[in-house]
Amino acid sequence: MSETRFDRLDAAKPMIECRGVHKHYGDYHALRGIDLTIRAGEFFSLLGPSGCGKTTLLRTIAGFEDISDGVILIDQKHMEEVPANKRPTNMVFQSYAIFPHLTVAQNVAFGLRRDPRGKAEKAALVEEALAMVGLRGFGNRAAHALSGGQRQRVALARALILKPKVLLLDEPLSALDRKMREQMQVELIKLQRQVGITFVLVTHDQEEALVMSDRIAVMFEGEIAQLDGPEALYARPANRRVADFIGVMNFLPARILAEAEGTVTVEAPGLGVVDLPARQVSRANPDDEGPSIGFRPETMTLVGANQTHSQPRETSATIDEVVYYGDMTYYDLRLDGAAAIDGRARPVRISMRNVFGRDVQEVGTRTRLAWSPGSLVLFR
Amino acid sequence: MAKGGLDAQARQGYTLIAPPFLYALLILAAPLLTILAYSFLTDGYLEVVRDFTWANYAQVWTDPIVRTVMLRSLTVSALVTLVTVLLAFPVAYYVSFMVRPEKKATWLFLITIPFWTSYLIRVFLWKVILGYNGVINSSLTGLGIIDEPLTFILYNVNSIVITLAHAYAPFAILPIFVALEKIDRSLLEAGRDLGESRAMTFWRVTLPLAMPGVLAAVLIVFIPTIGDYVTPELIGGGKIPMIANLIQVQMLALDNRPLGSALAVTAMAIVALVSIVFLLINRRFLKVRS
Repeated sequence: MSETRFDRLDAAKPMIECRGVHKHYGDYHALRGIDLTIRAGEFFSLLGPSGCGKTTLLRTIAGFEDISDGVILIDQKHMEEVPANKRPTNMVFQSYAIFPHLTVAQNVAFGLRRDPRGKAEKAALVEEALAMVGLRGFGNRAAHALSGGQRQRVALARALILKPKVLLLDEPLSALDRKMREQMQVELIKLQRQVGITFVLVTHDQEEALVMSDRIAVMFEGEIAQLDGPEALYARPANRRVADFIGVMNFLPARILAEAEGTVTVEAPGLGVVDLPARQVSRANPDDEGPSIGFRPETMTLVGANQTHSQPRETSATIDEVVYYGDMTYYDLRLDGAAAIDGRARPVRISMRNVFGRDVQEVGTRTRLAWSPGSLVLFR
Repeated sequence: MAKGGLDAQARQGYTLIAPPFLYALLILAAPLLTILAYSFLTDGYLEVVRDFTWANYAQVWTDPIVRTVMLRSLTVSALVTLVTVLLAFPVAYYVSFMVRPEKKATWLFLITIPFWTSYLIRVFLWKVILGYNGVINSSLTGLGIIDEPLTFILYNVNSIVITLAHAYAPFAILPIFVALEKIDRSLLEAGRDLGESRAMTFWRVTLPLAMPGVLAAVLIVFIPTIGDYVTPELIGGGKIPMIANLIQVQMLALDNRPLGSALAVTAMAIVALVSIVFLLINRRFLKVRS
């Protein structure tokens, strides 16, 4: 069996290590004890809402911010006394930070000043770096004559030409329009595989993180809430907050009936009584809203009146709202018996792929929902 | 129809700008044209004879005194500009980069304080400070540091440069400050990130981007100082006239208005030439920024 990318990454040496990193701005505690190991060659993402400390963490790694406490190691070396210009990292800034007084080629060559190679050799390097990001022949353009996507490519070429051990990307795609962003996501992944440099990406866009990363650290309020691969993060969120931040998740209040040998028996309004094994139970629940059952919109299926299905469970429901997206349709449903616990009816959202021959259902229709207990997660 | 509408709009536009345009013509163009006309007329006794002549210009361009004074004006002006801009840059840099954003307005306000008193009074105060029995000399002799008053700071080019550099400092600080404020701070971080020290980042990023402000400051200081009249008169003690003093002498004391006008036009032409050179240099920096 051939070695997979993940096997290789697991075996790779650590490239960045953060141990107990704290950052205070006056009274504000921006980073609250970050422990993190990023492996060599990894595409790593720091994901979280604005103000969660992800950019601060990136800037401490780059050396633009001092840390108040803790240790940062890059390639097994302590970074405490190393200024930003001496660190083996390069950054792609959110605003790209393209020097407006220089041409594209001068921008890309900016970091080569002390490189001992000759002029012709450097020019060849610049042209090679520009070709790598798809800007061959753009060298003589003035920086201000570039579009947003081109600026981003120049910023990438300017950083990668120095062959850093780590490339830091601070929300590099947030200023681009949707089409451009999706295109750049794919290009960045390809580029990262090609150069093999460790990439650390900061983003608030969960979809972007899921698409691009080998692993993702989800941050809230200066702490890492969960560190996992994209699939694990999506399927088994560590707590309600992570579940809510990554994609869409429905939550229903639950009542725990019994607990034995790791299996928890719970009752959720509309879903009835289910037994959940330990791997479907998440214990970390900082919000303390009482236990709740969560499930993703795509894990349940609407079943027409005459259709059959192979799912173990079935629930009756009424369609409250239909949102048509072209490839998908979102249904907001009222489950029968959903108001059983505290009298509040909670709509749940179900997504259905629009395949040929399946009609979009109308608002007010009575319908059946087929599901499996395996898709549920209990947060307690 | 559309054309008629546009004409009506144009008429309305011209009507709107007519009063300020006439005012500008009266205030700016008319005196200039008068001076230009005078410079080609002949000087008579107590009157100006309306005979066209090149003689005034011939005299201005050949007279060694005029040449000396003109060169002195250019030198003093260049020195003042150099000193002012070199001193203004660190101040502007400090306010832009070191002062907290909410305090910047206060700093700019403090910088404009010298403007609260009249230019004449400021110049006269420098005379008090630099004079033979002035603050500096009496303190230094009082402290026994020097035996007799320093003379290199009064009634010479040094004292004129000191006085003018102080008077024009805010004019130089403000444009440089504005240029520095416009620099995206992430550019400086990018410079550091790409391996340059703070000093090299300043040299390769901050300074080139601040150049439009520096050149604006150069022009703003150079143009008015070359024609300054008060400072050479008061600080220079009338012994080291600059071009404005020479014009004053011709115009009023010697009542030779045509020659005075020719002097003024020549001085203006030289200033215009220098300014155009600087504007051309500035274009290079502005081109990239837009």
